[in-house]
Amino acid sequence: MNPLWLSHFTATSGIGRGLQQTLVALRQQRSGLQPCTFDTVDLPTFVGEVAGVDAVALPLKLAAFDCRNNRLALMGLLQDGFVDAVTAARQKYGAQRVGVFMGTSTSGILQTELAYRRCDPVTGALPADFIYGTTHNTFSVADFTRQYLGLTGPAVVVSSACSSSAKVFASARRMMAAGLIDAAVVGGVDSLCLTTLYGFNSLGLISTQACRPFDAGRDGISIGEAAAFALLEPIPPHRDANSVLLLGVGESSDAYHMSSPHPEGLGARMAMQEALKMAQLDAADIDYINLHGTATQSNDAAEAKAVSALFGSMTPCSSTKGATGHTLGAAGGLEAVICALSLQHGFLPGGLNLRQLDPALPLNYLKENRSQAVTRVLSNSFGFGGTNCSLVFGLAV
Amino acid sequence: MTQHSKKHAQALSVFVEGIGLLGPGLSNWAQARPQLDGSVPYEAGRCVLPLPMALPPAERRRAGAIVKVSLAVGQEAVEASGLRAAVLPSVFSSSSGDAINCHEICKALASSDRLISPTRFHNSVHNAASGYWSILSSSMASSSVLCARDASFAAGLLEAMTQVVMEQRAVLLIAYDTEYPEPLHGARPVPDTFGVGLVLAPERSDRSLARWTLEPASCLTGTAAYWLDEPALEQVRRSIPAARCLPLLRSTAAQSVGEVVLDYLEGLQLAVQVAPCR
Repeated sequence: MNPLWLSHFTATSGIGRGLQQTLVALRQQRSGLQPCTFDTVDLPTFVGEVAGVDAVALPLKLAAFDCRNNRLALMGLLQDGFVDAVTAARQKYGAQRVGVFMGTSTSGILQTELAYRRCDPVTGALPADFIYGTTHNTFSVADFTRQYLGLTGPAVVVSSACSSSAKVFASARRMMAAGLIDAAVVGGVDSLCLTTLYGFNSLGLISTQACRPFDAGRDGISIGEAAAFALLEPIPPHRDANSVLLLGVGESSDAYHMSSPHPEGLGARMAMQEALKMAQLDAADIDYINLHGTATQSNDAAEAKAVSALFGSMTPCSSTKGATGHTLGAAGGLEAVICALSLQHGFLPGGLNLRQLDPALPLNYLKENRSQAVTRVLSNSFGFGGTNCSLVFGLAV
Repeated sequence: MTQHSKKHAQALSVFVEGIGLLGPGLSNWAQARPQLDGSVPYEAGRCVLPLPMALPPAERRRAGAIVKVSLAVGQEAVEASGLRAAVLPSVFSSSSGDAINCHEICKALASSDRLISPTRFHNSVHNAASGYWSILSSSMASSSVLCARDASFAAGLLEAMTQVVMEQRAVLLIAYDTEYPEPLHGARPVPDTFGVGLVLAPERSDRSLARWTLEPASCLTGTAAYWLDEPALEQVRRSIPAARCLPLLRSTAAQSVGEVVLDYLEGLQLAVQVAPCR
C-alpha cells in the first residue's frame, strides 16, 4: 500500500487527557484502573473511567447529541489542537473531501439504559426527552464528530466489537486510495455503560482486580473508556523523520465462535500476516507489538500462540490494558496512538499488573518500560464474533 | 496517494453477480424482480422470515430476526453468484443491531435484577450477524460491519464497491434492518424487516446482471435521491433504511441505463451509474 501520514493524533482515556498526560502515565507506569463506582453498578470490578466526562457541555446547536459517549468524544477532540488540525485539512482539501470513520461498540446506549428507568408507568413509553437517533444509535458518534468538525463528506461507524477502531484505518485507507476522499478523521470512542459491564460479567470475563494481561493469575478484563482520533493524510513531499505512518492493515475473521477466540489464534495470525505483507515487512522488522492482551484466559493464550507462530519469542511485546482497561470499540484507536507515542519518543511501554508471566505464554513480554529507538510497531485488536485487525505503523525514516 | 487526486481518480466499476432480497411483500429476488420493474403489481405484506436451517438447532432457536434476514439474503446472493461463500470478504451494514435483544437487555438493566444471559450479550454486538455468517460459511476473510443510521445502505455500498475495486476481488454486501419493539419503536419507528444481499465482483462474468459505477469526483452529490413510483414500495423505501437500495434494484430489474441517485447522509446523496449486462 501507499503509506499514509498520521499528521495529527490524540487520545483521552483513564490514564490522561491528551498526549502529554498519556505519555507521562505510560512513562511512570501508572494505571488508570480504579474500583468501579460508575453509576449504580454493583459489580466488584475495576474500571478505567475518564474523570469529568459528564461535565463536558456540547455546543447548543448539537445539543441533540448529548450523551456520555459524545461528551467523551468532544473531550477527546478538544485535546492537542486536533480541531485546528482538522480545520486546516478542511480548508486544504475541502469539507466534502475529508471522511469520518469512527469505531464504537456501544455508542450512546447508556442514554437508553437510563431512559428505560424512566419509562411511563402506565403506557410504558420512553420519556419525551429521549432522542434515539443522535444518542443511542451506533452512528451517533461519527455524525457528531462530522458535524462538530464542519465536515460534509462520507461518514460511517465501524462497529465490530473490539476491533472497531482498528478497522476504521482499513476503510479510510481504501476510500482515500479510491480517490473518493483526500483525507480522513479516524478514531474510536467507547464509554462506560451497564450493557458491557453486566454483559461481560454474565460471561464470567470480568476481573475482580485490576486486569493482569499475560499474568499466570489473570482472570478477566477491566473495562475502560476512551476517545482517540487521528487525521490521515497523504504523505507530503517534505516530511519530518519523526512523522508516524500507517504502513499496513490486516483483517480476518475467526469463523469459530461468537465469544471465544480461535484456540490456536488462527484468525489473529492471518490478520498479522496480512498487515506485514501490506507493509512489505518481515516479522523481524517489527520492534514492538502492542498486544490485544485483554487478560482473559482464552484471549491471551490464543494471541500468544498466534504471535509466537509468526514472530517467535524474541519480539518485545506488551498489553497496555493494565493501564487503560479494555476500552472495547475505542481500543484499536487508543492503542494506535500509544504506538505512535512509542515511535516518536523511543520507548516501549511495559505491561502493568504483572506478577508472574504465564509460563505457558512464550513471548518476550515486557514488564518494565524500555528506552530504545523504535521504527516499526504492530498493534493487534480482536473482537467478539471472531473479528481481527492488525495495524503496522512506522516512522518516516 | 498523490496520483489519486480527484482529477485523475479512476471510475470505480463493479459487476452485480448475485442478489438476495427479503422484505415486506418481497420473498426473494426472482419473485421481486417483476414487481420492481412494474410488470406485475407489488402486493404489500409483512416480511416472512425463513428459519435459518443452516444453523445448528440450538443456534437456530436463539437466532433473532437480524440473523435470519442476513443469512437468508446472503445465501441467496452467494448461490446466484456461483462463488464460494468461504472465500468472500463481507460488508455488513445496518442502521441498528438486534432491537428486540437490545430491548430485553435495557429492560433487565432497568430492573432490580440486572442478570443478562451470555447469549443476549454476545448477540448485542453490531457484528453478531457477521459473526454467525463467518462461522456458517467458514469464511476467514475480512468482514466490515458498518452503521450510518438512515444512510447505512449507501455507506455499505461505498465500502463494498471500494473494496472490490481496490482489492480486485469479489465482496458480499449484506444490508438489513429489523423492526423495533415498544417502547423503542416509539422513538425509532422502523415498521418491518428488510434485507438485501449483493455479490459484487471486479470482472464481468456470464452471471453478471448489471454494472454499477461510481465516479469518485462526482458520485457524492446534492442531487435529490430517486423515489419509487409505486406508493406502497416507496413507503417501504422511506420507512426502512436498508430499503433505500430499492431504486438501484429497480434499475437492475428493469435493465436500465443511466444514473440512480440513492439516499445517503443529510444533504449528500450517492449517484451510481448503472448499465445492464444482458
